[in-house]
Amino acid sequence: MKRIILFLLLAVLALAAQAIDSLQFSNPEQQAAYESLTSELRCLVCQNQTIADSNADLAADLRRQVYEMLQQGKSKQAILQFMTERYGDFVLYKPPFKAKTGLLWLGPVAFLLAGLLAVFMVVRGKRRAEEEKLLQPEKLDKIRSLLLEESGPDEGDSH
Amino acid sequence: MLIIVNNPALKMLKYILPLLIFIAISVFLAIGLNLKPHEIPSPLLDKPAPAFSAPKLQTPEEKLSPADLKGQVWLFNVWASWCVSCREEHPVLNQLAQQKAVTIIGLNYKDEAAPAKEWLNTLGNPYTISISDQEGRIGIDYGVYGVPETFVIDKKGVIRHKHTGPVSLMDVQQTLLPLVAKLQAEN
Repeated sequence: MKRIILFLLLAVLALAAQAIDSLQFSNPEQQAAYESLTSELRCLVCQNQTIADSNADLAADLRRQVYEMLQQGKSKQAILQFMTERYGDFVLYKPPFKAKTGLLWLGPVAFLLAGLLAVFMVVRGKRRAEEEKLLQPEKLDKIRSLLLEESGPDEGDSH
Repeated sequence: MLIIVNNPALKMLKYILPLLIFIAISVFLAIGLNLKPHEIPSPLLDKPAPAFSAPKLQTPEEKLSPADLKGQVWLFNVWASWCVSCREEHPVLNQLAQQKAVTIIGLNYKDEAAPAKEWLNTLGNPYTISISDQEGRIGIDYGVYGVPETFVIDKKGVIRHKHTGPVSLMDVQQTLLPLVAKLQAEN
């Protein structure tokens, strides 16, 4: 019984493995290019998956497109351009730096700088407040008079 | 800090600032909630409609290409018999076709000829011509990612508008028909 279950499980696994496209590449560089491209391109149906991860029909078509273009000897750059011409920058997982995407790229830096500035100002403000508290003339007078009271009027000022 | 406490205007700011930050965050969240991430702006707008030469669905020995439609404004509607939202859209297209305001060309996307023809026979055929794209290659050229999609193409063969998802009666009246009328007035 156990053996039968094991066999069935393995059979299912074998089926699952076959669902992934079996592609023949002419050289390892081409395979590497295929793998990097399919993990850089977004599946537009599922939106949060790359075309390498997705089982959507469109993702399979786009994988086929990438594979065919690589077979034709197209460069990675040419393939990415092909995709952006049709689907826009959204198809790229790493958006290009442009006027439109500037906020996306620089936003986090701006927030970090604003945070650092805020910390700096709070720290400096606190330090200054403490210093000023010590240097207020009326407080100094009070301190002096307290000191005088304690040591007695005769001995008085030491300088 | 001391400066702030001593200056009444700045002291007010200290209380108003959280409110201002709250308003700013609310505005961004409201914009974010109203964005439609499924509507990806098409880079094909104002570009020539990608060329193809595809077999007609009803008469596969004949082919159609966008060049054949030069000189007229046409809608290019991507549909499939497996597409659920297309069923919702179909009556709207039928009604639009009855008005004869514009040529509607169908792109039968990743579909088989038999169920596609069956669909048109039972639900009505709003298309002047439907072409077959069984492998979805024309779809890729048009950046199709969610069926149904509708493109408005002008007399010069330039894509002027793209609608993603089912076209509603309201879309037809408020967007498509006025645009078609405007484009038909162009030379």
